[in-house]
Amino acid sequence: MLRALIPLAVFALIGLVLWSGIGKDPSILPSTLIGSPAPEFSAPDLRDPSRIHSKASLGGAPYLLNVFASWCPSCRVEHPILDRYVRERGLRLVGLNWKDDAESGLAWLKQFGDPYSEIIYDPNGRIGIDFGVTAAPESFVIDADGTVLYKHIGVLTVEDMETKVMPLLQGATP
Amino acid sequence: MNPIRKRRLILVGLLLLGIGSATALALTALSDNVNHFYSPSDVLAGKAPQARNFRLGGVVLEGSSKRDGGTLLAKFTVTDRFKELPVQYEGILPDLFKEGQSVIATGQLGSDGVFVATEVLAKHDENYMPAEVAEAIAKGKEQAQAQSNYQ
Amino acid sequence: MLPELGQIALILALLLAVFQAMVPLVGAHLNREPLMQLARPAAYGQFAFLVFAYAILTEGFIAQDFSIAYVAQNSNLALPMHYRFSAVWGAHEGSLLLWVLMLSGWTVALALFSKALPLRFVARALGTMGIISIGFLSFTAFTSNPFERHVPALSDGNDLNPLLQDFGLIVHPPMLYMGYVGFAVAFAFAIAALLDGHIDRQWVRWSRPWTNLAWGFLTLGIGLGSWWAYYELGWGGWWFWDPVENASFMPWLAGAALIHSQAVTEKRGTFGAWTLLLAISAFSLSLLGAFLVRSGVLTSVHSFASDPERGMFILVFLVIVTGGALTLYAIRAPRLVGGPPVGLYSRESLLLANNILLTVACAMVLIGTLYPLVADALGWGKVSVGPPYFGLMFFVLMAPLVWLIPLGALTRWQGDSIGNVWVWLRTAAALAAVIAAIAWVAQRELPIKAVLGIAAGIWVIFGTFAFLWRRWTTAARGQRLTAEMLGMSLAHVGVGMFVIGVMVTESLNVERDVRMAPGDTVEVAGYQVRFVKSYHEEGPNFVADEGVFEISRNGVVLSEQHPQKRQYLRGQVMTEAAIDAGFFADFYIAMGEPLEDGQAWAVRLYYKPMIRWVWLGALLMMFGAFVAATERRLRQTVREEVRVPAHSAVAS
Repeated sequence: MLRALIPLAVFALIGLVLWSGIGKDPSILPSTLIGSPAPEFSAPDLRDPSRIHSKASLGGAPYLLNVFASWCPSCRVEHPILDRYVRERGLRLVGLNWKDDAESGLAWLKQFGDPYSEIIYDPNGRIGIDFGVTAAPESFVIDADGTVLYKHIGVLTVEDMETKVMPLLQGATP
Repeated sequence: MNPIRKRRLILVGLLLLGIGSATALALTALSDNVNHFYSPSDVLAGKAPQARNFRLGGVVLEGSSKRDGGTLLAKFTVTDRFKELPVQYEGILPDLFKEGQSVIATGQLGSDGVFVATEVLAKHDENYMPAEVAEAIAKGKEQAQAQSNYQ
Repeated sequence: MLPELGQIALILALLLAVFQAMVPLVGAHLNREPLMQLARPAAYGQFAFLVFAYAILTEGFIAQDFSIAYVAQNSNLALPMHYRFSAVWGAHEGSLLLWVLMLSGWTVALALFSKALPLRFVARALGTMGIISIGFLSFTAFTSNPFERHVPALSDGNDLNPLLQDFGLIVHPPMLYMGYVGFAVAFAFAIAALLDGHIDRQWVRWSRPWTNLAWGFLTLGIGLGSWWAYYELGWGGWWFWDPVENASFMPWLAGAALIHSQAVTEKRGTFGAWTLLLAISAFSLSLLGAFLVRSGVLTSVHSFASDPERGMFILVFLVIVTGGALTLYAIRAPRLVGGPPVGLYSRESLLLANNILLTVACAMVLIGTLYPLVADALGWGKVSVGPPYFGLMFFVLMAPLVWLIPLGALTRWQGDSIGNVWVWLRTAAALAAVIAAIAWVAQRELPIKAVLGIAAGIWVIFGTFAFLWRRWTTAARGQRLTAEMLGMSLAHVGVGMFVIGVMVTESLNVERDVRMAPGDTVEVAGYQVRFVKSYHEEGPNFVADEGVFEISRNGVVLSEQHPQKRQYLRGQVMTEAAIDAGFFADFYIAMGEPLEDGQAWAVRLYYKPMIRWVWLGALLMMFGAFVAATERRLRQTVREEVRVPAHSAVAS
């Protein structure tokens, strides 16, 4: 009688192992930042170094902070999607030009288009560290008073924009 | 002994023998072939083994990838954004190998502190970072923060 | 409008699946014939709705309706027409729809070809198929809806993953799913038998052709995947022991064991409980495969975008299906009666050895695949299990199995003497020894493992011929060769070819990664490869660097090869290897990466002897399974037998 239960027991064990694996997922890497205020920073604009951006100067309306660099091939993938959302849906897009030099960053924007309203220039990655950026591209949804609502690692797809980014931005509109 | 009992006994014996030897073999084979995963911070903290294979994961540091002229020796630096470790690899790098992208290299740590890779993997789907790499980077960040708090 | 219709069709199919699961099972329990009769129409209706839904998604790709999010994400205006059909199953949502469609297709086949079986049994089997269908349909409809709209519609979409713009990978997933899903039929039969309570060998006879078909498809799917990896990934390997590969390999091993244990149970009545368990395991391992691939719990080189929610769904479903089945087994199995005693040396005992080796191999693959999860859960750190583990385990377990193959076919049921069998196998043994010796003399660098491998392969092939010869000379005319025997022999010859292919290619292949500039010549395995030139080439949705290479031997040019390095518009880089394929050897050239001066390239030059035998062997195994599935005896009407107990039928 007991023997017939062995397969079930083995399966229960396997099920437990599988269950333990769920949720340990790279794409939802929890960020300690979510729900807390974005870090303070002060940096020049990539296109116009005389303009200095800070957390306070960018506040007032929710925006999507997009970490990009000219050396990052995946950024090229999400770029047209972001561009479309800026043109068609009035997305407020702020760039964080990360670990890049101004010259190649600007050349990149010239080649692929420039949908950013402001671009924070972060050549040595200092601001990136404060935001916990691990690799480009990464994006943050930040509301009007500077609270991080969402962090996205990797390329933003249309699906991500629709299901995560846009609802959060619309919900955050004051 | 009646035939049914005898049959049973043989069956059970065979089964036990098979399972026993297979388990023994599996355990030894496993212990020889399990490759642990370390980040550059782990390696520089002396956690990684010497003279034994392990996997090193992180992001290829921007601007670090070079090839020696006339050979297939590739040199690049793997970083978890806090510590960096030089890597060398003789051969052809995978298509998805790019600076600023995740990479997992298998190999051994040389006495000169250079990681000599025998295999370099870059993930197929470049939208995602391998779980190990993401975790290593998160850990590196914690360590760095702990240190800065201490100072 | 159309996508909404597709979604409605999907939901109607789900409702019909619920109906198909509930009504016939209740009917079978109450023994109400009208209720049980409803199983078949429900299955047909469900299939019709799913065909409709699938057609609509396909239409979305053909018409490039980028208002459908899935279409927008996986195709663009530049995508050639023939890839728009295959793009349907190019990503998670669509491939799931294909999976459900196939499941429904198998259910319809079961409904159509089970007219001879007792209604109650059919109702239970179809009801079980309905339960499985509920799981996958609600998974599709609730977590992975392929018809989701994207508002506003986009003017152009993303691109289909370039990896999927290739023949091998277009046919690989459907075949794999056919295999996975096909095991659902064997599973449903096992559940129906357990529910019936009097578990005899009937159900095994009925389920044998289905198991063979499913296993044949799975073999083809795995073979195609391996072939694709070889020519498309650009590193010339054919098997990597990657978790995703293991996910398909485990049900294959369990299925191979099931085919053999079903033979014993059907013919002799022994191993009944074991066969039930294997039928449950084969399908459960298919579900586990789906879990591993779609949940992203393991690091693999190829997997769908990981999603914990999806993983959770499949896991819950796995627990319901497998947990339920094993609970039912635990309740009903003690009632099973064992068959007649097994002789110490008999076909039964040899097939038992086969089953032990195959299931232990399967368990070893499972352990190696899940070990990283266990280690992570127990806090032993992030680990991976290297291919040498699998290679070693597999060699140790499969080597004895291969040697037993010819014995199994020639040995009688119940009991036999080794002497009787040996008479027929002497020639095969001698041939194996002679050919292995010749191979060793001709190729002194051949390691002993490869020599033994060649000997084993020859032994299996000629041992199988010996079996055919014995049938031919001793059996009566007209009964010499049944489809079952022919199928078995084909599959076994396939195993022999596979073994030879693996052993030779693994030990004699020459792999050279070299730096080459135009005009350079490199010598590989006695051939001269000259890099003539390279130039830019433009495809429909990619730009490529194409190289021209000349392969020659002793000054005679044998062929010209054109490997490519492609850069797709979406940004991905792909290596298109050029392969000069031959029955006895392949020549494999792949462009690695451009080197510093822009003229020279890192190039892979591989010489792969007998690598085709690996896939030819797999193809033969597949053919064998299909041929065996046509066996007449297994399709015979059994209505009388069921109504009247077997022994009284004999008595009258």
